[in-house]
Amino acid sequence: MGILIQGGRIIDPANSIDAEKDVYIQDGFIVGIGKAPKEFKRENVLNASGKIVCPGLIDLRARVREPGLEYKATIESETRAAVSAGITTLCCPPDTNPPIDTPAMAQMIQQRAWRVGLAFIHPLGALTRNLEGKLLTDMAALDEAGCVGFSNALQPIRDTSVLRHAMEYAASFDLTVFLHSEDPWLRNNGVVHEGEVGTRLGLPGIPEAAETVAVARDLALIEQTGVRAHFCQLSSTRAVAMIAAARKQGLPVSADVTAHHLHLSEHDIGFFNTQCHVLPPLRNIRDRDGLRQALKDGALSAICSDHQPHEPDAKLAPFNSSEAGISGLETLLPLTLKLVDEKFLSLNEAIALLTHKPADILGIDAGDLSVGATADICIFDPGIHWVLEPDKLISNGHNTPFAGWEFRGRVTHTLIGGETVFAYSSP
Amino acid sequence: MTRGDLQLDSQGRLRHFLTIEGLQRQTILKILDTAESFISVGEREIKKVPLLRGQTVVNLFFESSTRTRTTFEIAAKRLSADVININTDFSATNKGETLLDTVRNLEAMRTDLFVIRHPDSGAAYLIAGYVPAHVHIINAGDGRHAHPTQAMLDMFTIRRYKGSFENLRFAIVGDVLHSRVARSQIHALTTLGAAEVRVIAPKTLLPMDVEKLGVQVFTDMRTGLDGVDVILMLRLQFERMSGALIPSAQEYFNLYGLTREKLAYAKKDAIVMHPGPMNRGLEIESAVADGSQSVILPQVTNGIAVRMAIMALILGGQP
Repeated sequence: MGILIQGGRIIDPANSIDAEKDVYIQDGFIVGIGKAPKEFKRENVLNASGKIVCPGLIDLRARVREPGLEYKATIESETRAAVSAGITTLCCPPDTNPPIDTPAMAQMIQQRAWRVGLAFIHPLGALTRNLEGKLLTDMAALDEAGCVGFSNALQPIRDTSVLRHAMEYAASFDLTVFLHSEDPWLRNNGVVHEGEVGTRLGLPGIPEAAETVAVARDLALIEQTGVRAHFCQLSSTRAVAMIAAARKQGLPVSADVTAHHLHLSEHDIGFFNTQCHVLPPLRNIRDRDGLRQALKDGALSAICSDHQPHEPDAKLAPFNSSEAGISGLETLLPLTLKLVDEKFLSLNEAIALLTHKPADILGIDAGDLSVGATADICIFDPGIHWVLEPDKLISNGHNTPFAGWEFRGRVTHTLIGGETVFAYSSP
Repeated sequence: MTRGDLQLDSQGRLRHFLTIEGLQRQTILKILDTAESFISVGEREIKKVPLLRGQTVVNLFFESSTRTRTTFEIAAKRLSADVININTDFSATNKGETLLDTVRNLEAMRTDLFVIRHPDSGAAYLIAGYVPAHVHIINAGDGRHAHPTQAMLDMFTIRRYKGSFENLRFAIVGDVLHSRVARSQIHALTTLGAAEVRVIAPKTLLPMDVEKLGVQVFTDMRTGLDGVDVILMLRLQFERMSGALIPSAQEYFNLYGLTREKLAYAKKDAIVMHPGPMNRGLEIESAVADGSQSVILPQVTNGIAVRMAIMALILGGQP
C-alpha cells in the first residue's frame, strides 16, 4: 500500500532536514522523501499542509503498569494514550510486579504491546534480581529477550560493591545501565525538595546532595568499570554540571530530564498539591532554569515523560502518603513545544530531544525519517490552541498538575509502520 | 485542596481554621478580642453560653494528645455544643479505611465541625478541600506543618502580659525542624508586626532556608536570648537523639536548656512560654518552668477561651 504525506513541513533532525517535502511510504517503510520512487503506487493521500511531519516520538521512560498494577493502567490503555500524543516507542522501567528480571517477563510485555498493535514497548531489564540490590540478573539472556538496557528503577543499590559488579558485568557485554542516582540515607523519608517550600509546609525534604552524592559515586564507578551509563531524570543544576564535566572528560555517559522538571518548581506545590508530588522532587527555580540551559548545552540529551498513571485515590491523601508521579505521555510534546514558544529551544532542537537522541541512548533503530526506515511518523498541527482538562486525557491516569494549562500544537496523525493508528478529530 | 485561601469564604470570613499563614492582621486580632470576651465565661459559676447549642463537634485525633484535645472539648462544651471524641486507636483507619472515607462517614452523621489532629502535614487541608460547605474544619496540629490554635493562644497570652507585639523581640528555642508550633508562631508573630523573631537551635534542628520565613537564626543561646522580651520554648522529643540530630540530653541541656543563668540574658521582664508537655531537665529547668517569669500555666487556661473564640467565629455565632 502506497501512502503519500503531502505538503507538510518535514523536520528530521537526524538527517538535518527541515523543509516542505512530501513523504512516500510503501508497505510500511519510507521509500522516498521529496520525490517518489519509480515504482510508487499511490493509494492513499494524507494532506499535511500547514502541519509538521516528524519521526514518531520516543519516550525514554513510561510506566504502563502491566503486569501487576492493572487497576492503574494497562499496556492497551497507555499505548493508546501514547499514540494520541505522537509517541510511537516507549521504554518501560523494570519495576513492574513481578519485575522484569527474567527473559519471559521481558518477552511477555513486548508481545502484549505487539498484539495491541499501537506503540512499541522496549523494556529495561532489572539490574539486580527482584530489584533487591543483591544478586545480578541474567543480563545476557535479558538482552537477547529484547531488553534495551538495565536499571534498578527507583530501588537504590545500597551495597556499592554490588553496583560495581553489576556495571562490570554489563560492560562485559556492551550493555547500557540506566541509573536513578539518589542516596537513600540522605533521601530518608523525604517527599519534597529540602528548601523553602518544604520548610513552610513542614514536609520532610530531600536535599540536593541526595542526588549529587549518588551521581559522584556512580561517575567514579563508571570511570572504573568503563560501562556505558545513562542518568535518568536529573533534578538539580549541580548534578547536571557533574554530567557535563564527565562527558567533557570522555566518559560514556548521557542524561535526561522529565518534561515537568523543565516547567515546574517546588513553588507549584502551593498548599499541598499532591499532583506535584514527584520523584526526584521539583526543586527551585534556579534548578529549573539550569536544566533548561543544559538542554541547550548538550549535557541533557533527551526529554522524557516519566509517565506514571495513577487511580484517583493515589493522590487523595495527605502529601507524604500520596503516591508520586504524573500521567505525562500526553503532555510530553506540548510541554516541549512550550520551550520552543518561550525561545529556549528551536523547533529542530526540540524534536531531536524527543526522537533520534533518545533512540541513540536506547541503541534502537528509530527516531528518523531516512529512506528505508520504518514509517513511524508523528504529524502535528502547530497552530491548534487547547487547554488541558485532566478528564479528557486518554491515559487511564488523569493525575496531572497541568490542569488548565494552555498549549499550542496538537498531534493530528500518528503512523506506525505506515498504519494510521491515531487520527485527531476536532471536538 | 491547593488554594491558600481555602480557609476563608468569599467575604473573607473564616470558614475553616487551618493555618496562620496568609491570615490578615485584623483576622488574628479579631480572634484575640473575641477570646477576651470568653475569658469571663470560665470564671463564672455556670461556665456555659448557649452559642453553639444543637451543633455537633467531633474531635478527631489521629495522634495522642491530652491538653489540646481536652481544651477543645471543654471549649466546645462551654459553648453548649455536643462533643464526640474519636481517637485513632479506636478508629476505622486501622482497618484500612482512608482518611477521606473516615471523614465522609462522620460527616454523614451530620457533624458541623471537625477538630482534626493528624501526623501528616497537610491532612487538615486535604479534608477541608473535600467536605461540603456547611462542614467546618479546625486544624489541631498536622505533622510538622501547623498548629494554629496553639499559636493563637500563645499570641493571646503575649498580648495579655505585654500589651502588644510591636517593638518586642521574640526567641523561639529548640526543635524548630519538627515543630508545627514554631511554624505557626512564626507566621503569627511576623503578621502581628513583631520587631524581631529569632530561632535558636543547633543546625540539625533547623529546617533549610528557615530565614525565608522572616526569622533571624542563632546557634548560640546566650547571644540569641540577648535582650528578648518573650521566650517561646519548644518541646524536644527524645527520639531526636537516635536520629543523630543531637548527641545527648546532657549536652542539649547545657547548650539549649533554659536555665536561670541563660534567662538572665533576656530582658528582666521577659516572659517564658512552653506549649507543653515539658521535659524538665532537658529543655527547661524546673526553677524557670515554675518561676515568676513563667506563664506556662496561664497559657493552658487561655487555650480554652481562644478555642471557644475560633469555634464561635467559624460556626458563625457572634458572641
